[in-house]
Amino acid sequence: MILKAFENGADGVMVVGCLEGDCHYLVGNIRARRRVERVARILAQTGIGAQRVRMVNLSAGEGAKFVSHAAEFDDHIRELGPSPINVVRSKAAAVPAAAQAERPGGPGGPGGPGGPGALRTEAAREQR
Amino acid sequence: MIIGNTKPLEQILSMVEPFDRIVVAGCYGCVTVCRVGGDKEVQVLASALRLARAAAGRPLDVREVTLERQCDPEYVETMRPYVGDYQGVLSLACGAGVQFLAERLTASPILPAIDTTFIGVTERQGEWAERCQACGDCVLHTTGGICPVTRCSKSIFHGPCGGSMSGHCEIAKEVPCGWQLIIDRLRALGRMDQYEKLRPLKNWRSSRDGGPRRIIREDLTQ
Repeated sequence: MILKAFENGADGVMVVGCLEGDCHYLVGNIRARRRVERVARILAQTGIGAQRVRMVNLSAGEGAKFVSHAAEFDDHIRELGPSPINVVRSKAAAVPAAAQAERPGGPGGPGGPGGPGALRTEAAREQR
Repeated sequence: MIIGNTKPLEQILSMVEPFDRIVVAGCYGCVTVCRVGGDKEVQVLASALRLARAAAGRPLDVREVTLERQCDPEYVETMRPYVGDYQGVLSLACGAGVQFLAERLTASPILPAIDTTFIGVTERQGEWAERCQACGDCVLHTTGGICPVTRCSKSIFHGPCGGSMSGHCEIAKEVPCGWQLIIDRLRALGRMDQYEKLRPLKNWRSSRDGGPRRIIREDLTQ
């Protein structure tokens, strides 16, 4: 699911699990962390970058903390810039758009999902 | 079951490098149980390949499929209607499955995504260990159910060698001496007479001698 998010254009994914030792599914959040680590290894191997996925542990009552984690992750991803996939896709999209713009009256400018600067931070709650 | 290990992604990427459209084919048999070749692993590998290729600016079209078994013809045949639309098949089955696809889907290059490693068991979640080398002449009834061919690092047949130290094999401390295990087990069962019996030399002709092995069951053939 996390890899799919990157395929679909996410620049970063933050996975939020409940506090360790306090999971309704006992070790669900521990397993989730290991799986996130595996995803990070895959992202490193595929050239996307391991630092684009992160797991944090929060309780359902830590709304303010969630906001600060999300904001910090958002800054972190903005600093990294768009994922290499989005860079390639936006370049590919820019070529026909530029060709169209050259035509008299043709619509110009890139746009749509995956363009440069497009940032999607997807926080998925792994376990309640 | 047959246990395997996923090949490094870099190696798989170099295998599929010439192609733009491939099938990634899993198997619901052994490789699903040992978590290298089932549905989930097909999805993960397909995603990883698509990500790597998209990042490199050469998108890869991947069809994901998992067969009931890649080592039985009726399931392999289910791929025939569409396999020609793709330039190759990346199989997550064991070596037998990969070869069977190659034998039957002759027009398609079939590539292995896993290294088939051994016949073994799940000792605990995420940990597998070898138990059988398919020597074709089972002696487990005489050795307390512990295989000297597999569990003894030297496949010795007549008791522990001089390298056995405090129940451990000389090749590594974490490897138990197969013959120590056998003797401990026979003692616990009160069957040490099995150990004391002189046994004839093992017939290795049923093992790797004589080329690829084949079994024909007249009661089942059609």
